[in-house]
Amino acid sequence: MSEKYVASIDQGTASSRCIIFDQAGRIVSVGQKEHRHHFPRPGWVEHDPEEIWSNVLLVVAEALENASLTRDDIAALGIANQRETTVLWERRTGAPVHRAINWQDTRTDHLIHELEGDEGQDRFRRRCGLPLATYFSGPKIRWLLDRIPGLRERAEAGDVLFGTIDSWLIWKLCGRHVTDVTNASRTMLMNLETLDWDDELLDAMGVPRSMLPSIQASASVYGEARSAPLAGVPVASALGDQHAALVGQTCFSPGEAKCTYGTGSFLVLNTGEEPIFSASGLLTTMGYKLGEDQPATYALEGSIAVTGALVQWFRDNLGLIGSAPEIETLARTVEDNGGCYFVPAFSGLFAPHWRSDARGVIAGLTSYINRGHLARAVLEATAWQTREVVEAVNADYPVKMTALKVDGGMTANNLLMQFLADVLDAPVMRPIVAETVSLGAAYAAGLAVGFWPDQSSLREHWHKAAEWLPRRNGANVEKGYRKWKKAVARTVNWVDEDDEE
Amino acid sequence: MPGPIQSIERAAAILRLLSGRSRRLGVAELSGELGLPKGTVHGILRTLQQVGFVEQDAESGKYQLGAALLHMGSSYLDGNELRTRALNWADALAARSGESVRIGTLHESQVLIVHHVFRPDDSRQALEVGTLLPAHATALGKALLAHHRYIATDMARNDLQTFTASTITDIYRLRRELDEVTEKGWAGDQEELYHGIASIAAPIEDRRRVVVGAMGISGATERLCDDGRPRPELIGYVMETARAVSRELGAIPW
Repeated sequence: MSEKYVASIDQGTASSRCIIFDQAGRIVSVGQKEHRHHFPRPGWVEHDPEEIWSNVLLVVAEALENASLTRDDIAALGIANQRETTVLWERRTGAPVHRAINWQDTRTDHLIHELEGDEGQDRFRRRCGLPLATYFSGPKIRWLLDRIPGLRERAEAGDVLFGTIDSWLIWKLCGRHVTDVTNASRTMLMNLETLDWDDELLDAMGVPRSMLPSIQASASVYGEARSAPLAGVPVASALGDQHAALVGQTCFSPGEAKCTYGTGSFLVLNTGEEPIFSASGLLTTMGYKLGEDQPATYALEGSIAVTGALVQWFRDNLGLIGSAPEIETLARTVEDNGGCYFVPAFSGLFAPHWRSDARGVIAGLTSYINRGHLARAVLEATAWQTREVVEAVNADYPVKMTALKVDGGMTANNLLMQFLADVLDAPVMRPIVAETVSLGAAYAAGLAVGFWPDQSSLREHWHKAAEWLPRRNGANVEKGYRKWKKAVARTVNWVDEDDEE
Repeated sequence: MPGPIQSIERAAAILRLLSGRSRRLGVAELSGELGLPKGTVHGILRTLQQVGFVEQDAESGKYQLGAALLHMGSSYLDGNELRTRALNWADALAARSGESVRIGTLHESQVLIVHHVFRPDDSRQALEVGTLLPAHATALGKALLAHHRYIATDMARNDLQTFTASTITDIYRLRRELDEVTEKGWAGDQEELYHGIASIAAPIEDRRRVVVGAMGISGATERLCDDGRPRPELIGYVMETARAVSRELGAIPW
């Protein structure tokens, strides 16, 4: 193989990036561009699919140019993407029929309650692994079909197509209408056992099969890019971003887990070749399927809504720090949290509690507490929330987690990472390539075209960049966790029926 | 146009004295240096203290530059901020060089390690963030001292500690070496802190081209050096990466 690199697109919530990796899995070049968010009404979040597409082309060109590469140097292109965000477009023209509805958008709130009926939010859990919630694509498709006149008929006739962002990009790149199992697993429309669209789910959700893409493996040559700057390059992988990170962290064995710390945080555990249905409020989802002839790997996912977002809130809404990294400086002005706990249930409690009636609480305030203690409480909130998710994972999955692989922006915070190791009583490890989402998509694409021979060759690229070992202070940690749980108990039952949401 | 305001001139003179030496000064020393009555100096210090431009040490009662001033000044960059901005670059340097990477800032006459990336060979290594290294015996320290000469001058007041036979303990030799570092744009250490360990470092500049930190690699001498000299391609990696971080901080591209 003469090509020396794999290109990876990470189409995220905030921006699109292209990272080019060499055969050792090292970053060679990066291109990045942010796109606009549209907020037509409170709770509504939209993107322009055409803007995303043109940004993707721009960042690919930028990444190639930065490293003086051409398409001839690129063995394959992989795609990682923000999950659940929903695009509908015309088959004939490729024109979107509406702006993309972002995963954070809550317009399907009422529809969700309707779908719950008497059975509640777990109505479809056995089939798709997910509770009914506004994030997932199925209800968003239904909302559009209900609201746009004539759309349902056109969808039934196969003239209007649905796709998550991966599908949309593959359609634009190579004119094929496909998605991968990980993205399909976030629609609430795919059956986790058959890995195909489920007629009962389609029926209940009111989504015609004719508009859905075909579901393929995460590592598979979907087609070749038809136009510059990558004309002729195989488009060879697609994974939802958190699934891509699982691959990028080479969590290929059952029991291996990674947690990505960003605005929110996502802990994903590889559970092997059988789906495990959670009794502890976790999502059952796909891990990856690295080849059409390879078995599908399943995962348990615990999502934490507010982690980095709390640091940003502390910076922007309280103004006690000038930049996010300064929170560590401020937190280090004190020895401990002074008895202060901050539960950022800004829009309810997520995994493992799932209480939408909860709101944030700062507990344990005394006249002694200063801004340093608050900064500590803000950082500790991320670690305590991780502990709750890890305990839920341990309840669902019999094998104890022995170490946690971490990535994402917050891993730059040493105080937090050390505290996390203490709270979990397990080593916390950061890999040398922090861009695990992009790397995972690159790995999958590289496997699909034979750029890398197998998964074990990828494991050899994983190197520890940092490791935080738990310090023996068990009694303090357990007391802290007990207090945290008391603080959590004080957040629930806050929202009343007559509160304006 | 009115003439200069005397009290502001005097306040500036006090701040200049406090910044010129990396040590604390008392009211008596300041009034002696400026030829002003103690009461006048004390009054100015109190005002400067109120606005956060100077701080009084609780134990000695002496004065030093305050945090507010340091934040305003271009030479101050939060170490946690530096680590966050440099994170991806430091990883890339470790991956390319195959050696461990450290980023340091000057902390009086020592180097405070603000970031550490393990050598990518999965051997057992411990995170060294927060540790202090002697500035005169490390490449990081020399890269920093070359651009903060007043600290090097200050260090001459005490003996330079010996760690190995190669440690530079003669202040004149150190000064000559710092001149070279400024000229070359990088610093080296050949077993000057530990036997068998060499290091290479280059300065990181902020948007005003003030050196706010240094980053470098360290490892076994036989890997880092050929015939007793640091290997040119490793020097190149270190300098390129430090420049990339400087660009990230907004230093003028070059």
